[in-house]
Amino acid sequence: MTELAIHVRGLTKRFGALVAVNGVNLEVPRACVYGFLGPNGSGKSTTIRMLCGLLTPSEGDIEVLGLRVPEQAEALKRRIGYMTQKFSLFDDLSVRQNLEFLATVQGLSRQDTRTRVDELLKRYHLDDRQEQLAGTMSGGQKQRLALAGAIVHKPELLFLDEPTSAVDPESRRDFWEKLFELADAGTTILVSTHYMDEAERCHRLAFLDSGNLVADGTPKELTDKLRGRTFVIRAQSPRQAKQALDGHPDVLSVAQIGNELRVLMRKDKVTVDDLRNAAGHADDAMEIESVSPNLEDVFVVATRKHAQREEQPA
Amino acid sequence: MNFRRLWAIMLKELRQLRRDRITLAMIMGMPIMQLVLFGYAINLNLRDLPAAVVDQAQTAGSRAAVQDLLASGVIQVAASAQSPQQLVDLLREGRISVGIAVPPDFERRKLDGREAIQVMVDGSDNVVQSAAAQLAQYPLNQPDNFHARAQTPISVVSFYNPERRSPVNIVPGLIGVILTMTMVLFTAVAIVRETERGNMELLITTPLSRTELMVGKVLPYAAIGLVQTTVVLLLGVWLFRVPIRGSLWDVYLASSLLILANLSLGLLISTRARSQFQAMQMTFFVFLPSILLSGFMFPYAGMPEPAQWISEALPLTHFMRLIRGIMLRGADLGDLWHDALALVAFIAIMLTLAIRLFHKRLD
Repeated sequence: MTELAIHVRGLTKRFGALVAVNGVNLEVPRACVYGFLGPNGSGKSTTIRMLCGLLTPSEGDIEVLGLRVPEQAEALKRRIGYMTQKFSLFDDLSVRQNLEFLATVQGLSRQDTRTRVDELLKRYHLDDRQEQLAGTMSGGQKQRLALAGAIVHKPELLFLDEPTSAVDPESRRDFWEKLFELADAGTTILVSTHYMDEAERCHRLAFLDSGNLVADGTPKELTDKLRGRTFVIRAQSPRQAKQALDGHPDVLSVAQIGNELRVLMRKDKVTVDDLRNAAGHADDAMEIESVSPNLEDVFVVATRKHAQREEQPA
Repeated sequence: MNFRRLWAIMLKELRQLRRDRITLAMIMGMPIMQLVLFGYAINLNLRDLPAAVVDQAQTAGSRAAVQDLLASGVIQVAASAQSPQQLVDLLREGRISVGIAVPPDFERRKLDGREAIQVMVDGSDNVVQSAAAQLAQYPLNQPDNFHARAQTPISVVSFYNPERRSPVNIVPGLIGVILTMTMVLFTAVAIVRETERGNMELLITTPLSRTELMVGKVLPYAAIGLVQTTVVLLLGVWLFRVPIRGSLWDVYLASSLLILANLSLGLLISTRARSQFQAMQMTFFVFLPSILLSGFMFPYAGMPEPAQWISEALPLTHFMRLIRGIMLRGADLGDLWHDALALVAFIAIMLTLAIRLFHKRLD
């Protein structure tokens, strides 16, 4: 696993005055599920499109599967699969016709096309719908079809751009099972998402915020850095406690979740008593508990840090 | 170019087309509708124009002259009038298109060799005006006056269309008009639609080459163009007895050239248009000059020089010359090689531009 599937240095994309991707460095090992996390407009899709050779970078070097992009993009296209954010198969063709078309275009022989399409229809539970028009299927079915279409030629590397944005939670779970099956078989997967629960499933993660890569690593590495900085407070009047904490210099963020407050501190080794002092003893019944950090906390810290760095004059 | 991939694109296109009822209806409906419209409703060779006659001479000679004019079939008495002034009123009211006034001194004028009959024409209609102009050429056919015959020493013989029926002129050209209208639009829209629906992002991430993609998308429409040509030819021969004097092979060869020319133009448009609506606007921009300047409606020779330059750049102009030559004059493609070559050059230029401008990129 020393070899990298994707190696990117200083990747930048400008659309006029807008900087969509800003100096991103990225290393994705082979046979790994790599998550791209960030809000809408953070540059996830633009980065993926540059990696596939669909957009030309303004600056930076890209090497995917040992090929230089965009120069060798055509050779790369035989070895990658790309599932677009918007359903991009043909609504007015049947499920089977869509897959047969993609298999033929990807260069499978007539015999291979038939066996591969049959295999995919079965594996993705589409065999009883193979004559149905793709446009008439549900979100989850369309997404399974799109995944089948993206891997019809058994690519070494699979790009998935927010594959689960239009899908119910159960289909999402099911979909991730399929992704791990592929990863176990040796496929490298780069998947963008804005769901934290999906991010936690990835082997490695990169956080993007307005075009900048603000943090990367395994989920455990990322959360471990914040150990001792996250607390949950249960109070009679959480809004009052939140107001007291919001202005405190040691507090990075306070978020209300139901009746609880989730507090993220600027420094570690904070005790429960420190926090009780900070909250201003307003409420004796207040319960404070140290909790383990999650990826949402990582994202909050990473984006705040980045914003501060930007504000400081160079 | 890989033929399995090319075939995959074509098959996909045909399958999608089969489910697109409106386009299918357009493919067959448009040739039939236009043929019937142009063949029956639009008749440039007018007969039975409503007319009124005032004969103030009332001599045997004047009555015979009026009878001769009526016998030409161009006019038909539709109202009565007593004075030339009434004729003018009738013209203005639109009740007649032609007024014939015979002055009281008809016989003397004729002897003096002056104009003996006045034909008043509703000049607000171009076609009526030229029809009436023919009427004025009509010899005053009287047995006692040989000079009248001598006044029209030039006789016109209509070769290739002796009965002067409009459909014979129109139907061959109509093949070109229909192909121009449908082929450019279909291809332009077919490619832009892929972009609009998001399918293009999928297609350009596959190993499909630009040429495979463009040729594969266009060839099914070429087949459709040939079907349309066949429909117009069959109906033209069956309904309007339009002759095919040259070889049928040449007719199809010329049609194929026009089809390819229009398809490559459509491709070029598709590389520039951002939406199906824009593609339609650009198509119209080509279609209107094609109809007006190709010689389909107005003769090429009568156009001012700049219009002729534009005309030469339009594929329909060259096709118009080819198809009329082949179908009506029995010429073969060898006789008309200039125009065939012009179409080939047009195809080569448009196709090269289109493939160069199309990128397998999103930016």
